[in-house]
Amino acid sequence: MKLLYFAWLRAKTGVAVEEVTPPGEVTTVGDLLAWLKGRGPGYAEALADLQVVRVAVNQEYAEPDQPVGPDDEVALFPPVTGG
Amino acid sequence: MIRVQREDFDPGRELAALTAGNHRVGGLAVFVGLVRDMAGDETVGAMTLEHYPGMTEKMLERIEAEARARWPLEASLVIHRYGRLEAGERIVMVACASAHRQAALEACGFLIDWLKTKAPFWKLEEGPVGAKWVEARESDDAAAARWAPQEPDAVE
Repeated sequence: MKLLYFAWLRAKTGVAVEEVTPPGEVTTVGDLLAWLKGRGPGYAEALADLQVVRVAVNQEYAEPDQPVGPDDEVALFPPVTGG
Repeated sequence: MIRVQREDFDPGRELAALTAGNHRVGGLAVFVGLVRDMAGDETVGAMTLEHYPGMTEKMLERIEAEARARWPLEASLVIHRYGRLEAGERIVMVACASAHRQAALEACGFLIDWLKTKAPFWKLEEGPVGAKWVEARESDDAAAARWAPQEPDAVE
């Protein structure tokens, strides 16, 4: 699974792009976020308030119950501020 | 048409090209967003716009297609820049052309409101005490919500 981090999520995790292989019980976006939180202090800080974390699966906005798998590209980013 | 680019653009030239040769156009509405030198009480010298290449284009194309489905537009254009921009520089341009002004004005408002809440861009402002990520504003969500399809005058 390919993970992308943008804006302050990248700054806090210290990662822009990474390949991960989550354990088998991680089947949804919500599971993935919970698992990522446990990967280190940077991740825990970045994901402390999920209200301000948006997730896209294969470049489409996704809700916590959406399934994710090994071939997916999952992006984590704050609410957008363009325009 | 949508474009995501680092370079500046010339609004006059873009507008001329958008409607060139199409004499059905009677109204052309345009919004151009610029980098302000103030954020709240703090001065901002410059900002860096980050985006998600691929998803950004996809979202902008979708937002534009929705505008074209809801209003009778002859032409539309969204240009959004990324990278480091100094105060006064152009960030974004939205233009809509239609036979009459109402469709052009409404579609232009819809596009900029939706873009601000859906297109994956993030602003990092350079202020006097360092760089700070801009926080999303609830007023932007409210502005976009005005265009929700359940609106009585919305065209499904």
